[in-house]
Amino acid sequence: MSDRITPEAVAKVAKLARLSLSDDELLHATHQLSDMLDHFADIDALDLDGVTPMTHPTPIANVMREDIEMDCLDRDEVLAAAPAAEDGRFRVPPIIGLDD
Amino acid sequence: MTDLTDSFPTTAIDIAWNVRNNIVRATEVVERHLAEIERREDDIHAFNLVLADEARERAAEIDDAVSVGRDVGPLAGVPIALKDNMCTRGIPTTCSSKILDGWRPPYDATVVTKLREAGAIVIGKTNLDEFAMGSSTENSAFGPTRNPHDTTRVPGGSSGGSAAAVAAGFAALSLGSDTGGSIRQPAALCGVVGVKPTYGAVSRYGLIAFASSLDQIGPFSTTVADASLLLESISGHDPLDSTSIRQGSLDITRQLDFGVAGLRVGRITDLPEGASSDVVERLEQAFDALRDAGAEIVDVEVPAFTYGLTAYYLIAPAEASSNLARYDGVRFGNRVEAPDTNAMYTATRTDGFGAEVKRRIMLGTYALSAGYYDAYYGRALKVRQRIADDFARAYERADVLLTPASPTVAFHLGDKTSDPMSMYLCDTYTIPSNLTGEPAMSVPFGTGDDGLPVGVQVLAPALQEAMMFRTAAVLEQRVPR
Repeated sequence: MSDRITPEAVAKVAKLARLSLSDDELLHATHQLSDMLDHFADIDALDLDGVTPMTHPTPIANVMREDIEMDCLDRDEVLAAAPAAEDGRFRVPPIIGLDD
Repeated sequence: MTDLTDSFPTTAIDIAWNVRNNIVRATEVVERHLAEIERREDDIHAFNLVLADEARERAAEIDDAVSVGRDVGPLAGVPIALKDNMCTRGIPTTCSSKILDGWRPPYDATVVTKLREAGAIVIGKTNLDEFAMGSSTENSAFGPTRNPHDTTRVPGGSSGGSAAAVAAGFAALSLGSDTGGSIRQPAALCGVVGVKPTYGAVSRYGLIAFASSLDQIGPFSTTVADASLLLESISGHDPLDSTSIRQGSLDITRQLDFGVAGLRVGRITDLPEGASSDVVERLEQAFDALRDAGAEIVDVEVPAFTYGLTAYYLIAPAEASSNLARYDGVRFGNRVEAPDTNAMYTATRTDGFGAEVKRRIMLGTYALSAGYYDAYYGRALKVRQRIADDFARAYERADVLLTPASPTVAFHLGDKTSDPMSMYLCDTYTIPSNLTGEPAMSVPFGTGDDGLPVGVQVLAPALQEAMMFRTAAVLEQRVPR
């Protein structure tokens, strides 16, 4: 396998993505991501100077509508589908006061 | 048209005609499909959920409406299966992921609303690769779907459940979503018609997002005409989807039998290798069939085609890593409790996502991260533009293009699960149309190795669905025996 990506870099990516990996999973993921990045090196040699990046297939800019009142989702129905709710709001564990 | 005295209608067009004219009852249509599900679903596992009671109720409503002379719509009484990444109000929608298991959406996807208005009957929610990431429907939290033609083989993916449901006769029609080939590849492997429409032609409101600049909803059916009818029914502008094209529904069926006389059909001379010989042979026969029908076969080059796979597997995971950030255990789906929010997010996502979804989230996060953005995501976007430019040049010389839909016929379960790259290569021929946003469809064209179905892919410029369907209709009439 190549060394296109290190276990340390994969660990950082997993942390950013809010995923926890065991030591075995970390090594396996490093191996697989390296293989993929090897394959994706086929575009390295292309001369892409001056090419405009294409983010989207259609030339759509901002889409506006009249500022008029419309129906929206029912609050109780939305909250009923949430893992936890209280007093008409989403309930979550403490955000501050604990380490990380 | 079919009537009861010879055989019971099976295509959507025949079912709707018979139901609308009070020749066949929608309730009987539904019972026959439920019986077929009862008979074979245990072996195939096309569905995450069969909506037997709801389908029966809806059928009774349609029969009542027919009996009092009301117009019941162009898809009256037609059973349709929905890929389980389309929101159905109050009905579980899982994306075949543990993280959404049990979630009931508070709204319907626009396509679901349109289907109801057209008189169709939703008969179930179909299995998929988790969050539509995969090419075999083996990455489902609820177990794999199997190919109705050979249950030791995969149906393709990610819309494998929708393809299998139509191939097995569980539903006359189904809807899938296609981000890199997820309709066309399973259609090819299951021997049914599968269409990825022009980006923006069908509303994505209520389609759970994978890669938003690539995702598009489209039909599966047993005939080209059925796919045309379904696509007309679900297309058209939707103010709830800001990427929806501002025009009415697509106009295809009227032109379906116009033929291909004088049409320029492009053969891509620098197509990436990798298709097996049985698939290549069918593709050659497809060119011959179109030439015999009056088309002109022209050679074109699409040099950047071969870089599509790399561009796609950097862009799609990048968009997915952003889209799937919403699964944090707060607003919907499942939560793993922890003492604080950060620990809760991580515990929830680690437990809720499967291996392939995690792999793509990490790949996408990496491609977007500081220091690598320009080298990976930024370059992939430039390659995407290069591919679009190459297709635009090809379409100056050709009206439509023909390629394989899948490099091979259906493979065995487990064949590609240990090597992600081998699975990704299944999408070689389908990916470019997602990158450009142009329409493409797979139409069954004979069989290959082991007597399994082969699909030929027809590609067309943006919003040229009518021309694409005309070509597919000719191929359908000239299938090699």
